[in-house]
Amino acid sequence: MSKEIVIPFGPQHPVLPEPIHLDLVIEDEKVKEALPSIGYVHRGLETLVEKREFPEYVYIAERICGICSFIHGATYCQAVETLMNVEVPERALYLRTIWSEYSRLHSHLLWLGLFADGMGFENLFMDAWRLREHVLDDLEATTGGRVIQGSCKVGGVRRDIDAAKLDEMSNGLDGFRGELADLVDVFLNDSSVRSRLKNVGVLSKHDAYADGAVGPVLRASGVASDARMLGYAAYGNLHFKPVVEEGCDCYARCAVRAKEMYASIDLIKEAVQKIPDGPIEVKVTGKPDGEYFARAEQPRGEVVHYVKGNGTRHLARHRVRTPTITNVPPMVKMLAGCELADVPVIVLSIDPCIGCCER
Amino acid sequence: MKEEEEPITTIAPDDLLDKVRAYDDAGFRLVQISCTKIEETFEITYCFDQDYRLDSLRLHVPIGTTIPSISGIYWGAFIYENEMHDFFGVEVAGINVDYKGNLLKTAKKYPFSNVTFRGEVTCRKK
Amino acid sequence: MAYLKKSPWLLHYDASSCNGCDIEVLACLTPLYDVERFGIINTGNPKHADVFVITGGINEMNRQVVKNIYAQIPDPKVVVAVGVCATSGGVFRECYNIAGGVDQVIPVDVYVPGCAARPESIIDGIVTALGILEEKRTKMKEQEGSA
Repeated sequence: MSKEIVIPFGPQHPVLPEPIHLDLVIEDEKVKEALPSIGYVHRGLETLVEKREFPEYVYIAERICGICSFIHGATYCQAVETLMNVEVPERALYLRTIWSEYSRLHSHLLWLGLFADGMGFENLFMDAWRLREHVLDDLEATTGGRVIQGSCKVGGVRRDIDAAKLDEMSNGLDGFRGELADLVDVFLNDSSVRSRLKNVGVLSKHDAYADGAVGPVLRASGVASDARMLGYAAYGNLHFKPVVEEGCDCYARCAVRAKEMYASIDLIKEAVQKIPDGPIEVKVTGKPDGEYFARAEQPRGEVVHYVKGNGTRHLARHRVRTPTITNVPPMVKMLAGCELADVPVIVLSIDPCIGCCER
Repeated sequence: MKEEEEPITTIAPDDLLDKVRAYDDAGFRLVQISCTKIEETFEITYCFDQDYRLDSLRLHVPIGTTIPSISGIYWGAFIYENEMHDFFGVEVAGINVDYKGNLLKTAKKYPFSNVTFRGEVTCRKK
Repeated sequence: MAYLKKSPWLLHYDASSCNGCDIEVLACLTPLYDVERFGIINTGNPKHADVFVITGGINEMNRQVVKNIYAQIPDPKVVVAVGVCATSGGVFRECYNIAGGVDQVIPVDVYVPGCAARPESIIDGIVTALGILEEKRTKMKEQEGSA
């Protein structure tokens, strides 16, 4: 004897710092269907291109989301620079790469913490966030901001990092790597964590690719796709291989993010060695015209910034396709058939960033 | 800055489903669907990716035209099609998960089809 | 205020923000800043809360949610608006979907500046709010006594 009921999940829910609402159709303890509805943090910021000139709009682009803010700013700049044929100095591209990878470290640690909290493992949450402060300290020392950096501009970057600081950052990452290994060991090898994650929220390789999953969700289902392979910024000059897992479940998604942090450390250290001297910005004159889709890899996956100019100082259109919105359909698929008690873990496993998702 | 080739093919709305099916058969994944309002027409762009190559299909449709949904081919397309409907008022026929305008609840209907800013129109009472 | 008489519990809600302030509110709870050592606990239940910490501006969707949560918090209560979006709408103030700061829908006791607000200023704002909470409590007691 079973009866269908609908359980609302959110918007104000203890497991998520941000509001999302799901209607869960439940039969006994099984979720039959999940219907997300969003809009709680929708601001309509894409329309602000009419109010702000294109160099000022970087500040808005950065504030699409407070977790992946640097990469949003950098990708927007990349899009406008391509439209205007701006030759960005090499050093600026390397600095953008270094800051992007620091953002990824801070975002992944933040996620690991929230994920641990979602599993009821509060101690691990605290430990992940303690470690994250190391990354934020370096970001703050070099850009002035902890979570919103504001260091990217059309034509380059606003601040340089001197050689001594670069060395200090690179050396600091050695100790950081050791502490990270202790943390990651718990996530990957602890038996209670494994039992919460293994075979939960399975998304097959075919579904992941066909339904538009991106980033760690796609790579955890065995597809080697990472927008950093496009070689934007300085990634073309650095050695890098996408991190892929075959498990297709929450555990695999956790493993991808955990292992990507080591890749980020390697990328930062390589960039610090290879960074050339030179100017950090060029003067940008003129007005953007034409259109371009700029793509970059956010901590949550591929982001697309579409810009369309109309020959004035204001862009005609800016559209962001953020990784979270494209990971929503795969999430709906993962939720179908799961147990009610696993819903928070599965929702968190796509690393939902609602600020990005709704703009 | 190095510019990658991003070919955009303009097609007629009637050909949409066939062309999209061809991309699916060739193994492309759907990257995104976006909409831009240019005067009295909507410019709708469908982007596909395979091996880091971005290919796009483009429709130009007058306001008020109903376009077919591609969610029968790319299941996940419903999120973009509902979003496009809620932002611009583009009518999409046959979406597999049709929110009927309830995916994003906004302060005014179809905000991107007639952009206004706060303070320019009378606010609702507090 | 030399010491805290009570352990204030707080409820955090993210209105329409970029979530930069939200993660900083969470950072206050974690080891480096660790407000829990003062007995301050982040709760998910409005009926357990004394302090309502809210980040981001108000939009059409969350207007009612914010009012509901506020109404459910028992008196005396204080509201702390964290970040410029919560105080005025911030960089998004002109967006069609933003109705402005939190004070458009509920009374605010403390405004914390910053974009994103730093953990130090958030803690400072909450400590200020605790003083206001004490005043409100005293006033409530006086009124009960005279009634």
